[in-house]
Amino acid sequence: MSAVLEVRDLGYADRVDGVSFVVGAGETLVLLGRSGSGKTTTLKLINRLLEPTGGDVVIAGERAAALDATRLRRRIGYVIQEVGLLPHFSIAQNVGLVPRLEGWAPERIAARVRELLALVGLDPGVYGDRHPHELSGGQRQRVGVARALAADPPLLLLDEPFGALDPITRLELQREFQALEGRLRKAMVFVTHDVREGLLLGTRIGLLAAGRLVFLGTPEEFRRSDLPECRQFMDAVA
Amino acid sequence: MSVFQFYARNWGELLHLLGQHLYLVAISTGGALVIGFPLGVLLTRRPAWRAPVLGLANVFQTIPSLALFGILIPVFGIGAWTAITALLVYALLPIVRNTYTGIAGVDPAVREAGRGMGMTGGQLLRLVELPLAAGVILAGVRVATVVSVGIATIGAAIGAGGLGVYIFRGVATVDDTLILAGALPAALLALAADGLLGLAERRLVWRP
Repeated sequence: MSAVLEVRDLGYADRVDGVSFVVGAGETLVLLGRSGSGKTTTLKLINRLLEPTGGDVVIAGERAAALDATRLRRRIGYVIQEVGLLPHFSIAQNVGLVPRLEGWAPERIAARVRELLALVGLDPGVYGDRHPHELSGGQRQRVGVARALAADPPLLLLDEPFGALDPITRLELQREFQALEGRLRKAMVFVTHDVREGLLLGTRIGLLAAGRLVFLGTPEEFRRSDLPECRQFMDAVA
Repeated sequence: MSVFQFYARNWGELLHLLGQHLYLVAISTGGALVIGFPLGVLLTRRPAWRAPVLGLANVFQTIPSLALFGILIPVFGIGAWTAITALLVYALLPIVRNTYTGIAGVDPAVREAGRGMGMTGGQLLRLVELPLAAGVILAGVRVATVVSVGIATIGAAIGAGGLGVYIFRGVATVDDTLILAGALPAALLALAADGLLGLAERRLVWRP
């Protein structure tokens, strides 16, 4: 398995310290941790919304720091919690955003948008012309996933994508996402503080505490770990 | 003699003064837009400049209009250009301030989403910040225009023409009809400008 994302000794001020991991195609690394543990910061260091103060990020063999930041971000799908959609753009415009920035022909964008909306279970004819505020939270989050996939990036970063949803919708989207994971074969980094969600969706779990990666292993290893930080999380769902 | 009888006899002059008035307002507000809009955008990129620039614009705003006209006469002489310059200075503050405030008020999460999708600074401005700030920016243009229509009447005092000519003539000759003859179309002009820009705002601005 070739590494799509390689993070080496990543650091950012006093918030992230010496984080290293590798994610291959078809793999989902779940970054688990409490609020303020550095999960979201780590994601933003990967797509350079924040500039690392130490370490290296390598994406498909290229050093992220050596690439132009905007070009780098267009190669990385990014799913954000809650307000990630542009409120003044229609659903179709939101999904077609990165292809548009990349200068695709309008017909090609339209076809891609239809394909992606169908992929995430939204009828393009019904939802394409609506605006984000006309959709439910679950539907908006589907659009967010479709948008991240638009330019077919090899790597997806997801920042608590299902965090703001009601428990039933969340479960529904988690199941659909699980099915997508298998079909898409992308490398994914998925941030959450919900340990159930992490164990369900992750092929591996990385546990962050105070900016350090204190555990990295499979969900099964996580369950059985004696590490106090892991036990705390497992006890919280027991 | 009623105002309408006065207009019936002097409609040629009325149209001429109205034209002058529109000219003063259009050139000064247009100029303020050309200078103020980019300046407002620049302030969002250079936060350190915000306080001094807005402060200076605020100070200009506090100078009484007649005094500002007086100060500018030695520079631009008697006539339209002195009035236009003064009006431009007054129009600058609402335009700069609202452009800055409008863009600064865009939800940081939306801005970060745009950057996260790979927008350049220019794309972020054009596709996200300006469309979302358009309502506030246009409101500033509206205020600037309406205020200009009013202040432009004083331009008559320094030979710039406009509807103020009737007002000053009426004051000098203690003729209420003449004062009204200038004030009435000036007020209607302000209302019309406000209405038209309000219409543009409803057409152009995105609302949920």
